[in-house]
Amino acid sequence: MAAEIGQLALVLAFLLAIVQSLVPLWGAARLEPALMGLGRAAALLQLLFVATAFASLAAGFMAKDYSIALVAEHSNAAQPTIYRFAATWGSHEGSMLLWVLILALQGAAVALFGGRLRETLQARVLAVQGIIGAAFLGFSLFTSNPFLRLFPAPPDGTELNPLLQDPGLVFHPPMLYLGYVGFSSAFSFAMAGLIEGQVDAGWARWIRPFVLASWICLTTGITMGSIWAYYTLGWGGWWFWDPVENASLMPWLMGTALLHSSIALERRGALVSWTILLAILTFSLSLVGTFLVRSGVLTSVHAFAVDPRRGIYILGIIALATGSALALFAWRAPAMKSGALFQPLSREGGIAVNNLFLLAATATVFLGTFYPVFVEIAGGHSISVGRPYYELTFVPVVVPLLLLVSFGPMLNWKRNDSREILARMRWPIILAVLALILGILAFGLHQILAACGLALGLFLILGAIAIPLGRWKVSSSLNNVSRGADLMRFLRAMPLAVWGMTFAHAGLGVTAIGITAVTAWQSSKVLDMKVGQTVDLAGAQYTLNSIGQATGPNYQAVQARFTVTSHSGSRVLVSERRLFPASQTTTTQAGIGTGLLGNVYISIGEQSADGGLVVRLWDHPLVDWIWAGGFLMALGGAASLSDRRFRVGAARPVLRTAIVKAPA
Amino acid sequence: MKRLLFLLPVALFVALIGAFTLSLRHDPSHITSVLIDKPLPEFALPAVRNSQGLTSADFRGEPMLLNVFASWCVSCREEHGLLLDLKQKGVVIQGLDWKDEAADGARYLAENGDPYIKAGNDVSGRAGIDLGVAGVPETFVVDGKGRVRYKFIGPIDTEDWEHTLKPMLQRLRSGA
Repeated sequence: MAAEIGQLALVLAFLLAIVQSLVPLWGAARLEPALMGLGRAAALLQLLFVATAFASLAAGFMAKDYSIALVAEHSNAAQPTIYRFAATWGSHEGSMLLWVLILALQGAAVALFGGRLRETLQARVLAVQGIIGAAFLGFSLFTSNPFLRLFPAPPDGTELNPLLQDPGLVFHPPMLYLGYVGFSSAFSFAMAGLIEGQVDAGWARWIRPFVLASWICLTTGITMGSIWAYYTLGWGGWWFWDPVENASLMPWLMGTALLHSSIALERRGALVSWTILLAILTFSLSLVGTFLVRSGVLTSVHAFAVDPRRGIYILGIIALATGSALALFAWRAPAMKSGALFQPLSREGGIAVNNLFLLAATATVFLGTFYPVFVEIAGGHSISVGRPYYELTFVPVVVPLLLLVSFGPMLNWKRNDSREILARMRWPIILAVLALILGILAFGLHQILAACGLALGLFLILGAIAIPLGRWKVSSSLNNVSRGADLMRFLRAMPLAVWGMTFAHAGLGVTAIGITAVTAWQSSKVLDMKVGQTVDLAGAQYTLNSIGQATGPNYQAVQARFTVTSHSGSRVLVSERRLFPASQTTTTQAGIGTGLLGNVYISIGEQSADGGLVVRLWDHPLVDWIWAGGFLMALGGAASLSDRRFRVGAARPVLRTAIVKAPA
Repeated sequence: MKRLLFLLPVALFVALIGAFTLSLRHDPSHITSVLIDKPLPEFALPAVRNSQGLTSADFRGEPMLLNVFASWCVSCREEHGLLLDLKQKGVVIQGLDWKDEAADGARYLAENGDPYIKAGNDVSGRAGIDLGVAGVPETFVVDGKGRVRYKFIGPIDTEDWEHTLKPMLQRLRSGA
């Protein structure tokens, strides 16, 4: 029964999305409040129905209803409850449903909280959101229906890919999708703004919370994905330049650019058409990210079932969405009021430079990801692009950007004096250079790159700390109060958005330090170990205590216990190799000892004939910093999002005002 | 001039979509190799582990699989369990460790199990170019006379094995 309810709800949501895409557009053109109001109602109802569909599918998974094909293919009775629930989005069809659910959430948010928006703008935003919704609900219904029945129903289902049976699946995809799909509202706002021919500071104030919220989710999602890969893939890597990882990195880079340029637009009315273009590109890259791997254009670890029909449909959606948006941009944007002018050395200029670097970085990732496709079309083959390519192209673009990050917040809007900027950055520069020299002295000239990386990270953190300190200096000299006494009060009163920037930039530094340390100093050993044997690696002793068996809910495991002793004490780590009988797959569960200064990482292989065990030991210095930095960035975003200045809507409600249209 | 600048994104995008459409026509997992029904290109590769290297002359006598892998390849890990099972079932699989240091390849096999009879290391990717390797993993079906009969791109799953590779090996073994 659940499946039929879900199916019906999905069909109704699809029909509502069609209404939502047409009626408000017409209403906005005719300035008819009733028709525009219908768009809001449609958006809210669409959320209701999509949520119902999603809940029915989840209910099917929870109730072990194997007459639903999707449930039978992706869960079995032995699977723990939480993974049966998470399996709802563990398949292509289910993840599509999650995708449209989040899309509907965005639409409903615009309908609910957009009361202060210019009504025509809100109606048009909702209409664009409706079009995207209709396209994807249609995709779900016609090519990836999650509610297909299986007859006769099997007594038990096949298992969800064991690699996916992990807390990571519970949080990582929803977070990532919240990020991807969240950018749809920025896209809808851009389209609506282009249709109206009016994009201004008020518009930027509206998209900012949406962009920021998506950015936070995407940052968290990517970070969690990286952690997940680190501990499940069993070899301690944290980033693989896999097409799907790249697909999440590209919208993140673009979204970061959009986040910054929308500030320039909001504060100074600058970078108007650029911001619109970024809003279009960010969501387009999200589309590319979620879908290209499912279309058969690219293959990857994350690949879902490939069906050429789906490929055509997806490509069609991407072509229509991005193509029409860019065409509209080419048509409308040149005639729009261009933004305020600014000096090259200004906050606006800094943001423009940041954007250019981020765009270049995105372009290198894009080229690397799709290079195999392009080369193949050109008739060649045997081309592979991997880590070496990105080290040669991505890193040289990102390093100068990181060097410049700390200068950005020190710039004033409009114009600046370069000596003044350097004076403000005096201490971070001096300390970072000192750190660099110390680093070279400590690690030697051949480790100069590592020293540079650490100094760069430190520079970012110091530069971030300099933001509140600099403001405090200015404020205490203005108010002529004694320094020190008022620091705490000042810090408490500092706007959350400034804290946000401080955290986010410092997070970048923390991540940079982590990446540098792991890249430069990680060490590993592979050997055949016997019980009782002790091995040295990177100043720690690893002893294999015992090899035993363990039984999980739906797997059997070989379990090895180790004692790791280092100067900071000793601890017991357990590493497992799990066999899932239902799917005949093995996974490794690495034994990881985390620490502020680094992790020890043990993964085990097969048992050898003479009772030994193949063991791989890793020492990963500062690896947790990579993710700590990611979470710090997300925290910064959250602080910025909760700043009251952004919660207040921009324009007062304006009813039935004639919109000044840009001459076409 | 300014208009042209604004047209640039859409022009680039149209080109891109054109490219994607072209590549959609051939499903990447079913690219036919130019080598089909031709003898394997000649190669003699140093060993990944122990002393047994891999040469094109090793593909004689019975039909075998040539599996291209690398320690840095994530999707290879996905099919690795299946390869180990196949080895248990007596399928002859030779390994080509592509664009990879031999030590890394050896570590990979030590850690994940070793499904190969012989495994050659192709650190420069030269043999891979001759074979038309587009990415890892790839699996070639080679008949008893050393001729390439089929090329599979991407990780093999149970279904691919049961429906594609297994029947093909059986047919070759029965002398068709």
